[in-house]
Amino acid sequence: MSEEKCITASCSIRDQVIYINSKPVFQNKELPISGFLDKAYQHFDIRYPKFYKMDNLSKLGLLCTDIMLKENFKAGNYQPDETGIVLMNASASLDTDIKYYKTVSDIASPALFVYTLPNIVIGEICIRNNFKGENAFFVFKQFDATFMTGYVNNLFDSNVIQACICGWIELLEENCSLVLLLVEKQKANHSITFTEDNINKIYRVENG
Amino acid sequence: MADLKLQIIAQLNLKDLKPEDIGDDQPLFIEGLGLDSIDALELIVLLQQEYKIKLSNAEDGPKVFQSVRTMAAYITAHQPQKE
Repeated sequence: MSEEKCITASCSIRDQVIYINSKPVFQNKELPISGFLDKAYQHFDIRYPKFYKMDNLSKLGLLCTDIMLKENFKAGNYQPDETGIVLMNASASLDTDIKYYKTVSDIASPALFVYTLPNIVIGEICIRNNFKGENAFFVFKQFDATFMTGYVNNLFDSNVIQACICGWIELLEENCSLVLLLVEKQKANHSITFTEDNINKIYRVENG
Repeated sequence: MADLKLQIIAQLNLKDLKPEDIGDDQPLFIEGLGLDSIDALELIVLLQQEYKIKLSNAEDGPKVFQSVRTMAAYITAHQPQKE
């Protein structure tokens, strides 16, 4: 029998509004997605100069992880190799692949090339937060809560991780949708059980 | 050198910096501006795109990209003559 885990925090983006634990914390509907991400970075005063060098998928992941963890995560509770990351999306790194392909006819951009894999966003989050735990990036046509709960529960039950950031991080041109969850063994204020039904409820609410 | 600083900021997406934040002799890598190996490749692209200069010997890189001043000197010495 699998030990119960809890969703202790969530972050989502819908229609260029950022929600933390379902409460709106930032919005800007006028700017294109790249400008929206830069504005949010400045708004939350994150101060990580490498942010501007990242592709939009990595900016999205790093930004939302930072905001979600700020008030909800005590890094000191875990060793670096005890926090894992499991993400999925539909478009992999296609947003950056297209931009990189456009540079190839002239001089290929090394800075774009390094982001032509979807799991680079996980690497950027790990570098920023000193996470060294198990991680994986999956490409699915749509968000699959059954797979996500099964995979993350298995990591917990195998004692591979003690905390996990997991969810859906989709970005292609101006289309962006994101739901990130912080999953831990211990309960916190307003936490809910990490079950397929609860994940689907959060995902459906957050994505309208 | 002011133009070169602007080009470096644009090429490397150093949006937190203004040209006046970069000293003429400030090291570009590690303890200076903190650039990394991907930035070094982007600086090579900058030389090709903006000045039509190909860095023929990779071993020259550390000297050429030591600072904005050394980059400017390399560009001046290697820029193709206009007819």
